[in-house]
Amino acid sequence: MAEQSVPGSDEPNEPLLRLQHGAKTFGPVVALADGTVELRAGEIHALVGENGAGKSTLVKILAGLYHPDAGDFQVAGRPVAFRSVADSKAAGISVIYQEPTLFPDLTVAENIFIGRQPRGALGLISRKAMRSAARELFDQLGVPIDPDRIAEGLSIADQQIIEIAKALSLDARVLIMDEPTAALSGVEVERLFAVARSLRDRGAGILFISHRFDEVFALTDRITVMRDGRYIATHDTASVRVEQIVREMVGRDIDQLFPKEEAVIGNAMLRVKGLARAGVFSGIDLEVRTGEIVALAGLVGAGRTEVARAVFGIDPYDEGTVELAGRRLKPGDPQAAIDAGAGFVPEDRRKQGLVMDLSVARNLTLTLRNSLARFGLIDARREQRTAAEWSKRLQVKTGSQEYAVSTLSGGNQQKVVLAKWLATEPKLLIVDEPTRGIDVGTKSDVHRLLSDLAGRGIAILMISSELPEVLGMADRVLVMHEGRITAELSREDATPESVMHAATASMEGAK
Amino acid sequence: MTTTETRPPSAAQPEAKRNSPLSAVLRARELPVALALVILVTVTAIANPLFLSPQGVKDLLLNATIIVILAVGQAIVIITRNVDLSVGSILGLVAFMTGSLFANVEGIPIPVVFLAGLALGAVLGAINGLLVTLAKVPALVITLGTLYIYRGVNNAWAGGTQYFAGDRPDAFGALSVDTFLGFPVITLLALVVVVVVGVFLAGARSGRDLYAIGSDPEAARVFGLPVGRRVFLAFVTNGLLAGLAGVLYASRFNSVGATTGSGMELDVVAAAVVGGVAIFGGSGSVFGAAIGAILLTTITSALTALRVDKFWQQAIVGVLILAAIIIDRIASVRTARKLRISEARDV
Repeated sequence: MAEQSVPGSDEPNEPLLRLQHGAKTFGPVVALADGTVELRAGEIHALVGENGAGKSTLVKILAGLYHPDAGDFQVAGRPVAFRSVADSKAAGISVIYQEPTLFPDLTVAENIFIGRQPRGALGLISRKAMRSAARELFDQLGVPIDPDRIAEGLSIADQQIIEIAKALSLDARVLIMDEPTAALSGVEVERLFAVARSLRDRGAGILFISHRFDEVFALTDRITVMRDGRYIATHDTASVRVEQIVREMVGRDIDQLFPKEEAVIGNAMLRVKGLARAGVFSGIDLEVRTGEIVALAGLVGAGRTEVARAVFGIDPYDEGTVELAGRRLKPGDPQAAIDAGAGFVPEDRRKQGLVMDLSVARNLTLTLRNSLARFGLIDARREQRTAAEWSKRLQVKTGSQEYAVSTLSGGNQQKVVLAKWLATEPKLLIVDEPTRGIDVGTKSDVHRLLSDLAGRGIAILMISSELPEVLGMADRVLVMHEGRITAELSREDATPESVMHAATASMEGAK
Repeated sequence: MTTTETRPPSAAQPEAKRNSPLSAVLRARELPVALALVILVTVTAIANPLFLSPQGVKDLLLNATIIVILAVGQAIVIITRNVDLSVGSILGLVAFMTGSLFANVEGIPIPVVFLAGLALGAVLGAINGLLVTLAKVPALVITLGTLYIYRGVNNAWAGGTQYFAGDRPDAFGALSVDTFLGFPVITLLALVVVVVVGVFLAGARSGRDLYAIGSDPEAARVFGLPVGRRVFLAFVTNGLLAGLAGVLYASRFNSVGATTGSGMELDVVAAAVVGGVAIFGGSGSVFGAAIGAILLTTITSALTALRVDKFWQQAIVGVLILAAIIIDRIASVRTARKLRISEARDV
């Protein structure tokens, strides 16, 4: 199957970019066995595949970050061998990574123009010109971000917008977007798509990596599927069905994506009353019962993560109470929450969920240090055993328990975060975007796991920006908007329309 | 995002406020240290009017000059999230070479000595830079190593030899005595260094790259900034400035020998940190570092003028370092809070 030729190779004009049989290994690990992709001018091309399929490696080769061990790489018909990111940029390739990489100490405008700031007298940077150029870009994108503020503290959605502005300003011929919508919701996604389409219409080629099929089908012209580091097939989007793509991606059929099963719903485990934090959220009342999955839906920036962080004691709050299993939790004290039986799986696993440099085993047992310890020292053998057991239960794919977590793919990292908390046998689990950036196969693993946990009487509070996930998994849906809960919907009442209405309606009403 | 139309007026207001010159001054990282310096000088001058006599001011500036130049160089390096602990040793080696050249090479022109000092400093800085960028070992460790190596070379070379001001031409010593518009010549030289480097860091692309690298080295690499080259040049520049400081040291002080400049590196790092250069890179300016250097040297003079026991002086420097860090921390927490609230209003 891997030998299948790339369709369109009989086209007379050269594609913008073509990689054939690209390979990359890291020691014994084959990250990419046969990376093949062809991007034409004026097309949006989707690259899909499970985590570990080799997409990120392929992107990094195109970006000049990795040098392929083998393969034929051409840009505009000419063979190239990028030695650095600068080479790739000079060839007109711009990459927007899944996790935006901004400089927190620099201003927004400077982040966009770093290395090529507009210059005025004496060859010095003209801040005025830079500011107005940035403002122009944001106008074009329809987002008012202050060019003079520093990047530190920006939401992921805003950071993404800045990355896009950066690519726009580079006037890139090839734009590679590695899951740009993972952290965006609703309106932002639409805006991004509008930008992508207008770039395409101007003759740029866009390589779009996403796990959301609705987006892939709505946006792209062609789809290339990868699996296990290999090229599988390329299709015209118009003439292929989701089922076939999924089959090619996973090599098996996935019938049920969101398998929340009926669970016995008991008493309230988490009870939040009148929670408020100045300028962030206010008047938050919510309840999660044993065996219940409650989804916190809403647009990015509505304050969902902030509520979850306050409940868990990471951030302080100004008013209100949080009760877990009938006991009041001390504000601003995550250890108290953990002791009371709460677990928190954060949105940004790279920065908050994992210690990237530590081994898989260490990460898995991080929350269990006390119970694994004997005479104050951690029993290494027990640590290994526990880690191995959880690793197996969640099917974490790693060469060894001793590898650093940073070497795992995103989906497997998320499994480690989940396992870390599950090992503490929590009564309440707060999961923030549990499947963000995770492929279909792992996604349904995660969903099955959450459903299973609810079945065993754990109360689950789930923040999610993916509507199908919210609707499929949740027993109840709370919708937040501008720091308030604007609707509470039962499983029966929750529809895409009703949730989106609650997430946006009061926005219109307020103005 | 249906609110786009209603937003510009409300967004414009805080922005205008944020951009006004006054608020820019109030938010400057250099403000606390500058205020501290003004208060220190004022209080001391009230208690002891001689403190601000022309001779008193001249002494203050002369004392600060060398450490200002070193602090400027150090700031460049710290901004890239590195540090150079070998500057005291570089200064010592260059100062000794300066003394040796004047004593052993009959009639050597002063500019040649300056060039030789700058060159030696740059070479020593380049060694640091190469080791840091190639070995991928933290600069703290590398430069701790070169601190001892350079000092060892100095010891081996000098042995018990010392060169005194009498070996050097009068015109060379005059650089630290003569004034121009009331400022000592070497102080003016330091001022030029501060302004040139300051303008470069704030206004040149490669200068801004240094901030980006210090802010997030990994992002800088992914973005394609020439991280290795920039960090290398930061170390070379710092070495060059330490070389300049070494030559000036020989002009200002009577003797140069095996131990010249020992322990200076910590004063220099302290000056930069007190002046608002974040030790983890990415923010601060050489103006702040220079003011920090002046503050630290002025404290010594001020405490003497105020008849405070010498033993307290170091403790006070320590308190200042901690205060600088705490002020920085409070400021960033407050900024984060303000951003949070303004953002919540925007959404």
